[in-house]
Amino acid sequence: MEHLKTQEGHAIERRGFIKKILQGCAALLFPGFLLAKTKKGRTKPWVLENGYNPAEHDWGMGININKCIGCGRCADACKRENNVPRAPFFFRTWVERYRIFENGKSLIDSPNGAINGFKFPADEKNIIRSFFVPKLCNHCDNPPCVQVCPVGATFKTADGVVLVDSNYCIGCRYCIQACPYGARFLDPRTRTAEKCTFCYHRIVKGKLPACVEVCPTQARVFGELKKKASPLVRFMRMNKIRVLKPSLNTEPKVYYANLDMEVR
Amino acid sequence: MEEIIRHLTPLLKEITGYIYPNEIELHWGILVVIYPYITGLVAGAFILASIVKIFNVKEVQPTYRISLLTALAFLIVAPLPLLAHLGHPEKSYEIFLTPNTSSAMAMFGFVYAWYLMAVLLLEIWFDYRKDIILWAKKETGFRKWLHKILSLFSVDVSERAIKFDKKAVKIITVIGIPSAFLLHGYVGFIFGSVKANPWWSSVLMPIVFLFSAIVSGIALILIIYMIVTPLRAKQIDMVCLNKLASYLFYVMIVDFSLEALDFMHRIYESEESIKILSQLVSGKLFVSLIVIQLLIGMLIPLGAIATVKIFDLPDELKKQIYFLSALLVQVGIFTTRWNVVIGGQLFSKSFSGLTAYKMTFFGMEGLLTSIGLLLLPFIILFVLFKILPPWDEARTAVK
Repeated sequence: MEHLKTQEGHAIERRGFIKKILQGCAALLFPGFLLAKTKKGRTKPWVLENGYNPAEHDWGMGININKCIGCGRCADACKRENNVPRAPFFFRTWVERYRIFENGKSLIDSPNGAINGFKFPADEKNIIRSFFVPKLCNHCDNPPCVQVCPVGATFKTADGVVLVDSNYCIGCRYCIQACPYGARFLDPRTRTAEKCTFCYHRIVKGKLPACVEVCPTQARVFGELKKKASPLVRFMRMNKIRVLKPSLNTEPKVYYANLDMEVR
Repeated sequence: MEEIIRHLTPLLKEITGYIYPNEIELHWGILVVIYPYITGLVAGAFILASIVKIFNVKEVQPTYRISLLTALAFLIVAPLPLLAHLGHPEKSYEIFLTPNTSSAMAMFGFVYAWYLMAVLLLEIWFDYRKDIILWAKKETGFRKWLHKILSLFSVDVSERAIKFDKKAVKIITVIGIPSAFLLHGYVGFIFGSVKANPWWSSVLMPIVFLFSAIVSGIALILIIYMIVTPLRAKQIDMVCLNKLASYLFYVMIVDFSLEALDFMHRIYESEESIKILSQLVSGKLFVSLIVIQLLIGMLIPLGAIATVKIFDLPDELKKQIYFLSALLVQVGIFTTRWNVVIGGQLFSKSFSGLTAYKMTFFGMEGLLTSIGLLLLPFIILFVLFKILPPWDEARTAVK
């Protein structure tokens, strides 16, 4: 009996082995046998491990332009929290300053993404409007970056956050071209695409994104889009809301209150 | 890391107006210019070959096999610039194994494989099969075995078999034309479908790409034919040359009209991006777009070939004009690709500023690699000419 068992065990092992070889050959013969979707599914167990169910959430961000004082602490905190290179070419979030003059001309700047705030100009005459606009990935509901990624390394999670799997990204940079908001960059260390994750490692633990946490004026509001008790839903009820570049139909989930027509 | 910072820091001074901070690094450089340029040559050369087969144009018959081999030589090189520009070339196989079905770029592998395996190699094989068998019979040593292997050990040169070869070539050509359109139209689509970029986003993009591809392909074959024939101490067939120049001329007119239409359409619609685009065209792109692409690469060759057509010039002068025009066309089409790829990244998507592109000399994405990639197809073509001589006498010698 014992003898039979081992024989059977061998037979099954051999069968499994042959099966694997056949599958391997099939994968070679039929490229595209395994779709990107299958691969994307692998992030699920990691998230679930943390006791967090993405299907129960739907994240978004509100930004009140009137409250932003341009201190740039959000941009600085983001770089520290997410270990973004300090050089002035790589940003997950940054703050823009707009100055609109009497003659209709406007001046926009964002020195080093405003991680050190702004220096006030000596001459403030003739300015009729001035304000700050924090920018970040809009976590679009219809994300062009996800559409164009040839290998499916960038994807939208069930909770509406757009992420990049850097182990899988081949660095073709099509997503960077496709993003209308300039929210993506190529990390010079990994040579893969990088972007804001809404601090995914924090939100799965019930914490706020770093930029929201440090904002001294609560200009940034993070929360659920579909739960009535959420501060974001309240924000959207109390303010007139606009999104960036609505004509592109990307359906952004970063909502701005009191946004000026100059902002693009 | 330090290297990229050293490369990008001086660019900060070149910025005019406001650009998003992540836009300082220009992501698709010279290698991505070369990619559509090379695939364009492939598609163009193949379409010229197809004209011979489908419309049975006897005049350009001497260029038929040259065109096929040129298309193959350039097609082999086509994926290399793409590969070299990837952040992780070692992971590129993922495009084949786990393609994202919604991505235009993911289709590259399939379009490429289809065109190489199902069209080009098959057509060349069927067209050369009889000759390869006959060469193998006469030859000895290495070449004999090489040709035996290339013929896939087929030996049938009966009339029926040769009739089948001819039929196969015709069928493959019929499939090949839409495939060549697909190959290059698809490259145009990669750019034309990026809605975030108003310089690229246009339905005309695949069609403009296609016609400029045909222009560059015909011009390239004309150049190769004019260089190779005297080198072989043979006479250039003027009837063939005149016909090639005629084709070049007419396709250039179509290409020019399409580009003019695109231009007028943009100005007439005058969308949100028009201000920054006109700044771009009148500033950073003025030399490469207006002077090189339009004037040197399009209007001057058009005028020159028209002059040849109107006045009956002596053959020697004709040859010189054709040759120079075809060279100018190559320069023009290369800058066309440059203006699309680089031009599309020189303005900010905030539409409020312009940035700059600085090419490196060394390195994976530098000028040196690019020159190498542009020379490589000619080396491959030289080898192909040795293995599969496309000349008429090679064909008749064994008859």
